[in-house]
Amino acid sequence: MKPFTYQRVSTPAEAAAAAARMANSKFIAGGTNLLDLMKLQIEAPAHLIDVNALKLDKIEDMPDGGLRIGALVTNTNLAADTRVRRDYGVLSRAIVAGASGQLRNKATTAGNLLQRTRCPYFYDTNQPCNKRQPGTGCSAIGGYSRQLGVIGTSDSCIATYPGDMAVAMRVLDATVHTVKPDGLTRTIPIADFHRLPGDTPQADTVLQTGELITAVTLPKPIGGTHVYQKVRDRASYAFALVSVAAVVQSDGSGRIAVGGIAPKPWRNEAAEADLPRGAKAVTTKLLADARPTEDNAFKVSLVERTLAAALAEAKG
Amino acid sequence: MSRRGLLGAGAASVAATAVPVSAAQVGKPAAPSLAKLAFEVNGKKRTLQVDTRTTLLDALRENLQLTGTKKGCDHGQCGACTVLVDGVRINSCLSLAVMHEGDKITTIEGLGQPDNLHPMQAAFIKHDGYQCGYCTPGQICSAVAVLGEIKAGIPSHVTADLNGRPTASNDEMRERMSGNICRCGAYSNILEAMTDVAEKVA
Ligand SMILES: Cc1cc2nc3c(=O)[nH]c(=O)nc-3n(C[C@H](O)[C@H](O)[C@H](O)COP(=O)(O)OP(=O)(O)OC[C@H]3O[C@@H](n4cnc5c(N)ncnc54)[C@H](O)[C@@H]3O)c2cc1C
Ligand code: SF4
Ligand code: FES
Ligand code: FES
Repeated sequence: MKPFTYQRVSTPAEAAAAAARMANSKFIAGGTNLLDLMKLQIEAPAHLIDVNALKLDKIEDMPDGGLRIGALVTNTNLAADTRVRRDYGVLSRAIVAGASGQLRNKATTAGNLLQRTRCPYFYDTNQPCNKRQPGTGCSAIGGYSRQLGVIGTSDSCIATYPGDMAVAMRVLDATVHTVKPDGLTRTIPIADFHRLPGDTPQADTVLQTGELITAVTLPKPIGGTHVYQKVRDRASYAFALVSVAAVVQSDGSGRIAVGGIAPKPWRNEAAEADLPRGAKAVTTKLLADARPTEDNAFKVSLVERTLAAALAEAKG
Repeated sequence: MSRRGLLGAGAASVAATAVPVSAAQVGKPAAPSLAKLAFEVNGKKRTLQVDTRTTLLDALRENLQLTGTKKGCDHGQCGACTVLVDGVRINSCLSLAVMHEGDKITTIEGLGQPDNLHPMQAAFIKHDGYQCGYCTPGQICSAVAVLGEIKAGIPSHVTADLNGRPTASNDEMRERMSGNICRCGAYSNILEAMTDVAEKVA
């Protein structure tokens, strides 16, 4: 790690102001992604702003029947919340399918959303990587790409967004709430939060430098059967090759989002309309623009099968 | 580009990201930054002055000589460094010491001592829950916390009914222990030790 100065802040305004004052600073929450990358000097902030004392660790009922999840609520506490288990089961399921018990105890809602979109070459500082060092090239294109993206990728980067929680939040139409360094707040629909790489893969999300996430809100419950299916190389403690978050209604209609295949949770409302016609119809539409590599072409059929498994589970 | 060329470019690129971006910067990345820290470790108040880069794991091992907690991967992948912070299990390798001001840390040394074993430590001995022993302190800390998490009703990936209460079944314990890797493959004996303790507590 490179040396850094460290500061605790107690209000969101103070956090935003600290970020505005110092170039090359970073917020730190659970630290499980940031410290991992700082040890490899892939991230090298000169200043860390500890946001753990912001008191954003509560889950609150909203007047419209939805939930407001503080940015610092841990993955464990979010998955275990009785309201989330009862009304947003797909979110609990997605969270407990990710990482390990120890990591989920530390991982926060904001930090989880902001874990880097990445690939094994991103971690290897001896290899070119447009995301880590813009303009150096992409080692994964033409390299080892079995785990990487099949859709939404670009000629600059084919990495996948690795998180599970956000896939469920996409299906639930969550909204991300932030405060910018100038003190202004804004809301970002989860659909627009993670960005496609295009020719600037260094930016994973639309957040501005120093912009602080304060909460994620969920609209009022939509009922249905909630399912999260995750396919990975071992039964536990591995990132998804493909995952499917689904909320299926009794008439066969519903919503689905797919993880592990793109730089963001992948959802297409037009494809979703075909849910009553089954997994094949949906997948054909959802992945019409897929550009898999030789190594990861299997993911296209894996999406169809994982979706079929999710729909079968929803039927019970 | 040759392999050597690639390596050179890689090294240069790392250096470039670490260089201060502007003169206006307040944080001074060149010099190590020191910070004071007061916390409670195994029931004893401790104060330290540490480089801000020090992980909780390194503070325990290097500054406090509590070498029971082990470093395996140093990247959150193996669980050897698992300790309890205010009763909650975490990977101490992915946490900064300075972020634990005022916290109560329990390591394997605090859980129990040779003449006063924690039931989980005793069960690991009885059931041969280890071979080389390197992963064991992390396994035991994790195992203690897992039984607590099940009791608290926290769901896992294999919990069938999200709205029901999980039980200390084999499937539940195996899934919940997946963050602790054992190179010697002592898993089935670890499970027996945990089952033993879970049954006695229940
Ligand atoms: C071995 C291993 C396996 C894993 N497996 C999985 C998996 O299967 N599925 C999965 O989904 N995840 C997995 N993860 C990732 C893990 O879930 C993330 O590391 C974690 O969720 C990050 O949360 P954090 O609070 O620790 O973030 P931090 O590391 O503290 O922060 C991450 C980023 O978010 C920024 N940040 C934090 N809080 C805020 C805020 N309030 N506002 C603005 N910016 C903020 C930080 O500056 C940093 O850039 C795994 C991690 C490891 C190490
Ligand atoms: S896929 Fe993206 S993250 Fe991976 S090497 Fe290419 S540019 Fe880097
Ligand atoms: S040393 Fe911390 S998880 Fe491996
Ligand atoms: S006992 Fe040797 S690594 Fe687990």
